[in-house]
Amino acid sequence: MASGDVWILGIHMTKFGKHADKDTVDLAAEAAMGALRDGGASMKEMGVLAAGNLMAASAGIGQQLQKQIGQTGIPVYNVANACATGATALRVAYMAVKSGEADMGLAVGVEKLAGAGLLAGGARKQDAKTWTPRGRYGAVAPVDGRVGTETMPGVFAQIGMEYGHRYGGTSFELFARISEKNHAHSTLNPLAAYQKRFTVEEIMNDVMIAYPNTRPMCSANCDGAAAAVVVGDAKLKSLDPDQRRRAVKISASVLTTDPWEEACQVLPNVNTLTRNAARQAYEKASVGPEDLDLVELHDCFATAELVHYDNLMLCAEGGAVDLFQSGATWRDGSTPVNVSGGLQSKGHPIAATGIANIWEVATHLRGEAGDRQVQGARVGLAHVIGLGSACGVHILERAAA
Amino acid sequence: MTNQVPLVDYLVLGDDPHLVANECTACAARYFDRRNACAACGGIEFTRARLATTGEVRAFTIVAFAAPGIPVPFVAALIDCDGTSVRANLINVTPDAEHVRLGMKVKLATYPLGADDAGVEAVGFGFEPLG
Ligand SMILES: [Zn+2]
Repeated sequence: MASGDVWILGIHMTKFGKHADKDTVDLAAEAAMGALRDGGASMKEMGVLAAGNLMAASAGIGQQLQKQIGQTGIPVYNVANACATGATALRVAYMAVKSGEADMGLAVGVEKLAGAGLLAGGARKQDAKTWTPRGRYGAVAPVDGRVGTETMPGVFAQIGMEYGHRYGGTSFELFARISEKNHAHSTLNPLAAYQKRFTVEEIMNDVMIAYPNTRPMCSANCDGAAAAVVVGDAKLKSLDPDQRRRAVKISASVLTTDPWEEACQVLPNVNTLTRNAARQAYEKASVGPEDLDLVELHDCFATAELVHYDNLMLCAEGGAVDLFQSGATWRDGSTPVNVSGGLQSKGHPIAATGIANIWEVATHLRGEAGDRQVQGARVGLAHVIGLGSACGVHILERAAA
Repeated sequence: MTNQVPLVDYLVLGDDPHLVANECTACAARYFDRRNACAACGGIEFTRARLATTGEVRAFTIVAFAAPGIPVPFVAALIDCDGTSVRANLINVTPDAEHVRLGMKVKLATYPLGADDAGVEAVGFGFEPLG
């Protein structure tokens, strides 16, 4: 263990789905206590708590959680970074440990979203009685639906279509096949919100949301939480052999935002900040895309998964369609992607997602993934993107011994 | 002619409708909204730049499910107008994958949104197939 490394000591995710009998704090507590138990640690040992709950970002989920599982007076960072909220929480705990301010830290992400409709947009307001210019565009009436779309399925549909325009080879069926893969993967994940396999025909004939994304090609709104305990090298060395054996090394923890580019004011560019994050992460971890045994990437829509093959450099530039068609990203392929089922079937409780994808990778690296275990997994990558935008990339490695 | 007002302030009406952008005088980055400073270079001076009224569809989606109150289906697109990217609906085209294609050439078109209580007509814009 090189000095200064930070490790995941314990990690836990709740079942994703509908938890009608549990509130947000219940779910956060379940994940946090699960992560502490998994790591053989207690709240008294935590030097920092970072927590995120996007739908109630001003409610202070961190302190609410402390009231239920341990008020120890440690600093709490309540974080909000769209769909990258969970990864941001983990990175805050990571930075506190990395800097030496804390020996151990706890990161938690939680969301209650079951039954929620379209994210973003919101009901269109009635047009005013007189046309009065308002806001930074001087608009006299709501523009969503009049000047393009603000719905997430529509935005990410265009992102996938733009990739197709640039490099060719995409089609409605190709995007549906990506969704077919993730739904097939989910059948082996008991914590997924949905575990139903679909045929390509079923996916293409389902309800159209925003062409080419049909309903099963969109991330599933659901409830869920995930939490992780991180620990520094020095402290880890003092723990018992079993804790050390199951510890997973965070070889890289990177957060980026979108740099200015020509078209970014009209269609969010999710590509450059992901590519920047991936490049930094590979460099920090001294691994390359070819070393990855599995990848959990932000497939908020089937159209998004395709572009991130390229952004994470799992293929040569422009080669995402060929990569997918080679079968490489299926669970038995050379670079399995979203063996958890991904956001389309495992589900997407927003603030939990950026820790849940790390739980998935860590569970494979520990050899504890059961029926869906990627055999011999040693290195994995977890990616999330929150529009606005923020991108989190973590590279994890199995303990050496 | 009735009194008209554009849907957004970067749409210029009249005999020759077109879009304008706020262009950074230092680096030529273009913005449709009001900016406090240039996101690309930090410059604080902007001029109004006229955009080409024709372009090419670089990405599109056909929105079938939108927020309540928004008529569907409609085609939302990213249009490359001679190097400046524009967000707009594609109009005067059947909203299906047979009629809308990546790379199709389009031109700016305007349409009335209706009159308000004072009799002022709002005018929106979209892009329609060229020729
Ligand atoms: Zn500038």
